[in-house]
Amino acid sequence: MHIVVAIKHIPSIADELPVRHNNIDFDSVDFVLNEWDEHSIEQAVLIKEAVGGTVTVIGVDVIGELDNALHLALAKGADRAVKIAAEEPGADSHQQAKWLAEAIQNMSPDLILSGVQASNDLDGQLGPLIAAYLDLPYIGGTSAIEVTNGKAMVLKEFPGGIGMRYEIALPFVAGVQAAPKPPRYAPVSKVRQIAQTAKVETIEPGEGESGGLRFLKMAPPVVTGHAEMIQGTAKEIAARIVELLKSRGLL
Amino acid sequence: MSGDVMVITEHMEGKFSDVSFELVGKARELAEAFGGESIALVLGGGVDASVFASHATLHVADAALNHFNPEAYARVIEALVKERSPRLVMFGWTVIGMDLAAWLSGRMGVPCVAYAKDVRVENGALIVSSQAYGGKLIAEVSPEGEMAIVACLAGSFPAEAGHGSTQATVIPSPVDLGGLKMKFLEVIKPEAGDVDITTQTKLVAVGRGIGGKENIELAEELAEKLGAVVCASRPVVDAGWLPRTRQVGKSGLKVKPKLYFMLGISGAPEHLEGMKDAELIIAINTDKKAPIFNVAHYGAVADLFEVTEAMLELL
Ligand SMILES: Cc1cc2nc3c(=O)[nH]c(=O)nc-3n(C[C@H](O)[C@H](O)[C@H](O)COP(=O)(O)OP(=O)(O)OC[C@H]3O[C@@H](n4cnc5c(N)ncnc54)[C@H](O)[C@@H]3O)c2cc1C
Ligand SMILES: Nc1ncnc2c1ncn2[C@@H]1O[C@H](COP(=O)(O)O)[C@@H](O)[C@H]1O
Repeated sequence: MHIVVAIKHIPSIADELPVRHNNIDFDSVDFVLNEWDEHSIEQAVLIKEAVGGTVTVIGVDVIGELDNALHLALAKGADRAVKIAAEEPGADSHQQAKWLAEAIQNMSPDLILSGVQASNDLDGQLGPLIAAYLDLPYIGGTSAIEVTNGKAMVLKEFPGGIGMRYEIALPFVAGVQAAPKPPRYAPVSKVRQIAQTAKVETIEPGEGESGGLRFLKMAPPVVTGHAEMIQGTAKEIAARIVELLKSRGLL
Repeated sequence: MSGDVMVITEHMEGKFSDVSFELVGKARELAEAFGGESIALVLGGGVDASVFASHATLHVADAALNHFNPEAYARVIEALVKERSPRLVMFGWTVIGMDLAAWLSGRMGVPCVAYAKDVRVENGALIVSSQAYGGKLIAEVSPEGEMAIVACLAGSFPAEAGHGSTQATVIPSPVDLGGLKMKFLEVIKPEAGDVDITTQTKLVAVGRGIGGKENIELAEELAEKLGAVVCASRPVVDAGWLPRTRQVGKSGLKVKPKLYFMLGISGAPEHLEGMKDAELIIAINTDKKAPIFNVAHYGAVADLFEVTEAMLELL
């Protein structure tokens, strides 16, 4: 069983997001592993623990800082880390998906996982694009994947706590919404140790064309409404809220 | 190429989702700007497909499409889009549309904008606004070429304009639906038993800012004093701090209480989908730029623990 997981590191949205030339100013933000990739790595490692095999993590290194994310994945139980060295912060999903699809095809995986989406630019397209380029089916929003005898049992989430179960012949691409268990924690000391010893394989990007979107602008939303802000100390805020609830007959 | 705008509708248990009507309404307007027709596409039987205000409705009524099957839907849509070459294909950015839109884009080699909030035609060019960075930024893009795909967030357009009674035309599936790799097995309904947050008049909603399972109790205490019930954003549920039945949002439940009191929730688009119609929304967040402040009626930039403790003293 060979599982390939595509991972992405993204600007932390907890930070201020300075915009320069229609894009985030990448020099002044922190990078973190995309939240849903924590779940896809966990899902892959759970399958490996159940049926054996290897987990390869791969990413397109558009910013030149992917190593941290790859080391974290290794510390969480991935076996092999690969990066596509393409320092092109402007590369869009189509271009990156082409590069990834080509690299992944050469790895002959049984299962390919991505996160269901990343919180940054035009989200959630990469997994389905890889599937399209490899002529494989795609299923997103998964919350459990179990593998037996060349087949997977997949649970996909629908609104309102409804789930649908599918039986899917390998290989296919899945976009992970959540692993069946909260992602495991990798101690910082272990990540540090791996950072010193691990080998990250580097491959050059192949062909790839852009997806044909012309960026006109990127800016904070034009705000049509805004909350009335309650100022003061915590005590004053609490008092104002209680008063507000009373005046509305909610208390 | 035509000026047609094709809408991929979605339904569950015999009912179309609101987003399908929202898209059809918008598609009519865009098709008119392109000099084409709006076409609603309905996949699967067991629904009355003659409910849209589209210029035309196509209905592939095969039983193999009754339940959502990502592979079957994708193959059928790909074949129909190839056959009809619409100017624009519209999906909802839902758990269904997310599986299909970008995949189709890759197969057709045409651009796709996800997370769209607005779609318009200016001087013949298509312009799409979409949300990025958890709603903190808006990108405006123009898809190039003769065909484009957009996937729109639920709630972006009014649904009324999409309701109508256009007679659906039943067509055979353009692809063989035998021999697929994906097989639908069953629907799993959530277990009943926990409180139903959709029927509550007051909710205290906790987000990742609550910090850990041990702090849920504090929120429970406040809720009790307010006569409310505790609900949560997705990360709180994923972390196992509260059960799935308490989750509000795109992949959770839609709520419309009289009071939605939010502690440490940023206001990501997926959360807003579930609660933006609440009558009174009050948000406490330490980040003054949190998108939730654009939606809430009242807000305070403050530590949720301090405010909660202070409220408990007063109540
Ligand atoms: C397909 C899909 C479906 C999804 N469905 C849902 C869904 O149904 N429901 C849902 O909620 N999300 C859903 N999400 C996830 C969504 O994108 C966001 O990740 C999520 O809503 C963020 O939750 P949050 O606001 O609690 O966490 P964060 O975005 O991490 O925000 C935490 C907030 O707490 C604040 N904070 C931290 N400490 C304090 C403190 N001491 N006092 C006050 N404030 C503090 C921070 O400033 C921050 O704004 C979905 C995502 C996808 C891809
Ligand atoms: N540069 C990248 N390298 C590897 N995987 C990526 C990259 N960008 C996106 N992904 C994958 O695609 C998922 C969705 O990201 P996105 O399409 O950017 O929203 C992520 O969770 C990753 O699994």
